[in-house]
Amino acid sequence: MSTPAADSNDDTLVYEARDLTKVYHMGEVSVHALRGVDVQLFESELIVLLGHSGSGKSTLLNILGGLDVPTSGDVFYRGDLMSDFSESELTRYRREHVGFVFQFYNLIPSLTARENVALVTEISLDPMKPEDALALVDLDDRMDHFPSQMSGGEQQRVAIARAIAKQPDVLLCDEPTGALDLETGIKVLEAIDNVNRELGTTTAVITHNSVISDMAHRVIRLSDGQIESIQHNETVRPARELNW
Amino acid sequence: MRALERKLFRDLFQMKGQATAIAAVIACGIAVFIGAQSTLWSLKSARQAYYERQRFSELFSSLKRAPNSIVDRVREIPGVAVVQDRIVEGVTLDVPALEEPATAKLISYPDRGSPALNAVHLLVGRFPDPLRTGEVLAEEAFVSEHGFRPGDTVDAVMNGRLQQLTIVGVAMSPEYITTIQGGSLWPDDKRFGIFWMPRRQMEAAFEMEGAFNDLTLTLMPGANEKEVIRRLDQALADYGGLGANGRDLHLSHQFISDELKQLQTMSMIPPSIFLGVAAFLLNVALRRLLTLQREQVAALKAFGYSSREIAFHYAGLTGLIIAAGSLLGCVIGTWMGKSMTDMYSEFYRFPNTLFNVDYRILATGVGLSFAAGLVGVVSAVRRAVRIPPAEAMRPEPPPNYEPSLIERLGWHRWLSQAPRMILRELTRRPAKAMMTTLGISFACAILIVGNFGKDAVDYLIDFQFGLQERQDATIAFYDAIPARAVLSLSHVKGVSSVEPFRSVPVRLRYGQFSRQTSIQGLGEHRDLFRLLDSNAEEVPLPEDGLVLSAALARILSIQVGEQVTVEVLEGERPIRKALVVGLVDDFAGTSAYMNLRALNRLMREPPVISGARISIADGSYDSVYQELKETPIVAGVTLQRVAVEGFMDSFAENLLRMRLFNVTFACVIAIGVVYNSARVALSERGRELATLRVIGFTRGEVASILLGELGFLTLVAIPVGFGIGYGLCLFISTALETELYRIPFVVNPTTFTFAAVVVMIAAVLSGLLVRKGINQLDMIAVLKSSE
Repeated sequence: MSTPAADSNDDTLVYEARDLTKVYHMGEVSVHALRGVDVQLFESELIVLLGHSGSGKSTLLNILGGLDVPTSGDVFYRGDLMSDFSESELTRYRREHVGFVFQFYNLIPSLTARENVALVTEISLDPMKPEDALALVDLDDRMDHFPSQMSGGEQQRVAIARAIAKQPDVLLCDEPTGALDLETGIKVLEAIDNVNRELGTTTAVITHNSVISDMAHRVIRLSDGQIESIQHNETVRPARELNW
Repeated sequence: MRALERKLFRDLFQMKGQATAIAAVIACGIAVFIGAQSTLWSLKSARQAYYERQRFSELFSSLKRAPNSIVDRVREIPGVAVVQDRIVEGVTLDVPALEEPATAKLISYPDRGSPALNAVHLLVGRFPDPLRTGEVLAEEAFVSEHGFRPGDTVDAVMNGRLQQLTIVGVAMSPEYITTIQGGSLWPDDKRFGIFWMPRRQMEAAFEMEGAFNDLTLTLMPGANEKEVIRRLDQALADYGGLGANGRDLHLSHQFISDELKQLQTMSMIPPSIFLGVAAFLLNVALRRLLTLQREQVAALKAFGYSSREIAFHYAGLTGLIIAAGSLLGCVIGTWMGKSMTDMYSEFYRFPNTLFNVDYRILATGVGLSFAAGLVGVVSAVRRAVRIPPAEAMRPEPPPNYEPSLIERLGWHRWLSQAPRMILRELTRRPAKAMMTTLGISFACAILIVGNFGKDAVDYLIDFQFGLQERQDATIAFYDAIPARAVLSLSHVKGVSSVEPFRSVPVRLRYGQFSRQTSIQGLGEHRDLFRLLDSNAEEVPLPEDGLVLSAALARILSIQVGEQVTVEVLEGERPIRKALVVGLVDDFAGTSAYMNLRALNRLMREPPVISGARISIADGSYDSVYQELKETPIVAGVTLQRVAVEGFMDSFAENLLRMRLFNVTFACVIAIGVVYNSARVALSERGRELATLRVIGFTRGEVASILLGELGFLTLVAIPVGFGIGYGLCLFISTALETELYRIPFVVNPTTFTFAAVVVMIAAVLSGLLVRKGINQLDMIAVLKSSE
């Protein structure tokens, strides 16, 4: 079953990046991770950033998430120039507006699922209850388990619950299924899909698995630090119908 | 350089902060060990050499007066090697520019040549001419205290006659490495001096022609000292012998021996603490390094390196840290030893420079630190090299956590996530948490022990001079005089109260135990001198019976209600029995007390006194002193309180120096432990902390999670440290108890506060050092790796 793609052009701009470059200096070698990228993200859309490793997709996501700064070019978040943000403003920006999901879950091993989520809700302005966030990712029955007592898929869903519990503006997912098998990967994508639909959270998912791009409103292909193509999906497939 | 060795140096450079901290802890341990041991060794060997060169005697006996022919009889006692007879007399001095009277001991010196025993070491000037009246050699401490030079004079009341003494030379003697007057706790070089005068002049001044009143001797190798003393006492009994004693009861010797005993303790306790802490730190740091390099170890093994080679590789890494610490410790220790020896040479007078470093002490110190290192390293390395390569290639399984005890008790509702993380981290590895706590608490304990010495001395002085002995001066008469002489003293203008006493030399005997001391007969009215127990409660002195210093009762193994034999060592030398009616827990000496009337009854003598304690009205000191100087029956005046104040003033600088050492040491331990734990925690949990930064925790919040754990442990460690410090002080006060003095077990509240504050400051400093690391957490790298 498919749904029509949202007409994102009329929506509010969440991110606008202009002519972004990023150069890493590693000893005597310079690595050009981004070479002049222009990109826009709109309210409530789900985009997939597709590309091989080294294409610059993680660098782009890290810059959008306030974890890294570009070498040149500008990023605007809701009209504010992010390069003007101080260190503490960047922290507040991450704390209040961004939800992250990582390839290796990055849960706190000494906290249970519920507590990992509470870790975030305790410092947020308008969070949901940790229990509700976990219910959204279908983990109501594993709330008091420690990370070492859960499978990889379950851990990743806890990570998603942790990311969305603060009701962020944007959800940034870096290879969320990279460490998972097909079945659990689908479950995780379903959870992301759910969040995007039900909460309307602007979502960006990094992957090198092109099948996943079917669930996106837009697919941005990166290669060698540049945008290769931007594709609007006429129809969006729900995550549970994906197969690879 | 082999590749593996190169890796070793790079690894070491990577962990330079931790390595420095551990090396510093080792250096402190070795420094204290070498400092104390080399001082100990220097003092011991200097004393030994001095004793041998100047022929320091082994037995000492004073008597009333004996004809010179007795000396031959003493020589015939089996076991006696060399005998030296002499005349020793106490005199009062009128020193220009010193208001109060001083006292001196005048010792006869052979008219020609050197004495068979106790030869002096001439520093300046010449020996006195036996044909000239009043020429003397003076002991160096008294001379330098007053700035005397050869040719200067002092007036002395000798045998009731005023005579001018001319100092013609300055000397030192092995008998007076420190000059302490009998019955006193501290040297008073300003008011007590030693003079040597030709025998012929002494005989004339004290009417001692053909006689002597002091005998010193040495023993044949293997001689039975006790038996010689018994025979000697027998031989001198008819001549007023006061009983002989060995070096163990010789004041100067005893004082230095006590000091050596303290140094011995000091050279053992702190280094053990330091090296124990260093072993723990090495273990923790190495364990972490091996966890980080788990895959490297596996790869090395896969390449064909043997477990032994790998073990040696890591042992070499720690070996370098230990070597650096030891080297630094040797340098600092040598410097410490030098400065401690310099400090001692202000109080102990030896003719030669003292300090000497023995390479054996250095070698032992270095050996000890390597031994401690081995303890810390073996288990960590063994654990790492035992894992099969294939298993080691895989990352370590994720740690298992469980709710902490507090949470299981249901108190978790009040905890937010950060304290839960802290608590669970602590619960997961309780042994490590405990060792960390223990390490920090030792820093606290070191500070408490460091200040304890001052607390104890302050208390002792307060107790003795504020509560027990409140007189301004103690006067001793040449002979026992009728008790009514007190009246003449109380008529001296400015003397506000007088308490007479009588002191009788005795040997107390109970079963197989005996001890030479004196019984002090005290009057009914005791306000200046009071008998107090350690709780400052007044001990009653009944109409009859003896009250003994608790230390003396222990020496005699006697208890209250038992009878002791009193062998009086003067006059008719009666032997009597007396009932022990009480004990007094005093801090110094081995005294015995009796009611003055009871003592006179025991002696079957009319009421006589041998001295008095007086208090002087403000503003009258000078006139009273002047009058006392001119009173012929006064054999000596001691001003204990003034003396102690002077001594403490000169000691204050040294106390400050010791305190500085202690604070430095404690900080090194506290910073070493906290900084290392924080580094290791940062390394173990860097990924976790970086994740927190990514999801919006501020640097401060992340730091509070990491440092909160250590802050918690520090707060727990402080009371534990109080306990350990308190216990160590108790141990020290017991271990260092000697016959000369007992160390009161007193730790002031300020000492605890000081220790807590220093430890907290050190912990905060280490936290600040680590915060840089938290600020530099790489948020991106941590998200891209699976650890």
